[in-house]
Amino acid sequence: MSMATIHAVQRRSPFARLRRNGSATASLVLLAGLLLACFSAPLTGAAVGIDATSIDLFNIAAAPSADHPLGTDEIGRDLLMRLLEGGRVSLTVGLAAALSATVIGTLIGLLAGYRGGIADAVLMRLADGVISLPLLPLLIVLAAIDPVKIGLPSELVHSESFSLYRIVIIIALVGWTTTARLVRGTVLSLRERDFIEAARAQGLPPSRILLRHLLPNAASPILVAMTLTIGNVILFESVLSFLGLGIQPPIPSWGNMLTGAQDLISVAPMLAVWPGLLIFAAVIAFNFLGDGLQDALDPRALSQHGR
Amino acid sequence: MTGFLVRRIFQALIVLWVMSFVTYGLLALMPGDPIDLMLAGDPNVTSADVARLRALHGLDRPFLERYGDWLAGALNGDLGYSRLFGAPVLDVLAPRLLNSLLLMGLAFLVAVSIALPASVAAARRPGSLTDRLINLLCFAGISVPAFWLALLIILLFAVTLGLFPASGMATIGDGGFDDRAAHLVLPVITLAVASLAQYTRHGRAAMIEVLREDYIRTARAKGVTERAILWRHGFRNALIPVITIMALDFGALFSGALIVETMFAYLGMGKTIYDAVMGNDYNLALVGLLLATAITLAANIAADIAYTLIDPRIRLTGRRPA
Repeated sequence: MSMATIHAVQRRSPFARLRRNGSATASLVLLAGLLLACFSAPLTGAAVGIDATSIDLFNIAAAPSADHPLGTDEIGRDLLMRLLEGGRVSLTVGLAAALSATVIGTLIGLLAGYRGGIADAVLMRLADGVISLPLLPLLIVLAAIDPVKIGLPSELVHSESFSLYRIVIIIALVGWTTTARLVRGTVLSLRERDFIEAARAQGLPPSRILLRHLLPNAASPILVAMTLTIGNVILFESVLSFLGLGIQPPIPSWGNMLTGAQDLISVAPMLAVWPGLLIFAAVIAFNFLGDGLQDALDPRALSQHGR
Repeated sequence: MTGFLVRRIFQALIVLWVMSFVTYGLLALMPGDPIDLMLAGDPNVTSADVARLRALHGLDRPFLERYGDWLAGALNGDLGYSRLFGAPVLDVLAPRLLNSLLLMGLAFLVAVSIALPASVAAARRPGSLTDRLINLLCFAGISVPAFWLALLIILLFAVTLGLFPASGMATIGDGGFDDRAAHLVLPVITLAVASLAQYTRHGRAAMIEVLREDYIRTARAKGVTERAILWRHGFRNALIPVITIMALDFGALFSGALIVETMFAYLGMGKTIYDAVMGNDYNLALVGLLLATAITLAANIAADIAYTLIDPRIRLTGRRPA
């Protein structure tokens, strides 16, 4: 593409650039639809009189019918409602864990980049170390910890929703590294610029310089990294739940729905197809969206992708 | 070169040491300590007995002291005992580690031998139909949950078509070369997908970057064939960032191996770590984790050495090239 067209594209607003990216727009629509369907599931379910929990042992792994549009699961629950409920859980965990990881990563990146010296060296070696670890074995071991032994009250640990908090926390603990490196890089490149010098000369405290002057400039890479992290988190959550170490039944998630479906794969393959397809769709949509955001927020990178 | 390597190895050892500390700490946080497990065998023990048992096995000593003992033992090759297998941990892990490395090595070879040509083909004409198709497949490859892919592959190739066995390492009573190879096909394909997609994406980006360099234009101007430009001038220079990705991806390859081994009942490290956690054999799980970390760190150092082989300009004095 010629320089003139590149400049014309670069002058558009980021939103307009994102809209011209077909796969990113399609992903955004898909995700919006998925979120809407999943989060309105309790209401629509109540309206048509189907819920995700009622068991019907006379109707196991049934084929699609008027009552159950996608059929029923291995103990006769409505598959469509389970998928929507599971989606609510998986997407919530994905968003919450990615958000937590991003907050941790941003704070560490700001600190390392701005302070420099020993703090930077230690934090970045820590990030290198975590990046090089085999994450899934580590997450599996972390998921096996007895939370009572680190002093959490026993009634909290044995409550039904504890597995949700646990998985958000352990994924956030290992998921912050990409964001931290990106933020650090941005801070390093901005630290010596005149406007930061000016802020420092005015006597502003470091916390204010970091949060009001450096952080906004790092917003684009943080947003991109977080979008891509959501996809990864959903993948990790689904595999941990599938292996029985993530979201615990009776709370459904796309991952743990596949655990039950595995045994019936030759009898009722669709039970295994649907939850996986939704994981796949959500993750690929977040990845396309992140990629599209990257192009839209950083026009200089546009020519590299040759669009 | 040697100075650099010594420093890298030293750094890796520090990471490993920190991991050993964390690992030992995690061991203490696992549900059910050895005494709890012993209690299950005798309902008549009193709490005084429990205290005596703890003292007898040294569990009442401070954490750091116990860690010191463990570390001294570990350095002498005594990494403890696996309850699940009734054998020293290393005896359990060593053969499984070899199985995993075989699986990962084959998957890596498959991934590289497809990813490199694919990334050159895509980078040749950015935005072309070929490029878009490859890009779409890459996004699919990095987004598909490996365990679900394994289920689909088992459903298609093993259940429906019956082409390859769905699980295990070998048919009982057979175990010849053909038999073992047949059992490897589906796991290797499943494991290769994610890495293949990752390498192709980065390979493509690196190639596009390189192909815009002035020396490529010079080569074109003096009439070098397109084929030589792509492979001799472009590809070799694009390899460096790709190797970085491959090294960083090694941990992900290990994670993928855990999933694939579990899905295909392949007796590797990853499955052993998972089985150990599920079977409350935490010592085995943690030593496995430590070993996996050590191998990942070694792969990173190997990548540093690979740079010098590919690009003689790199002398390995400072940091890894970006």
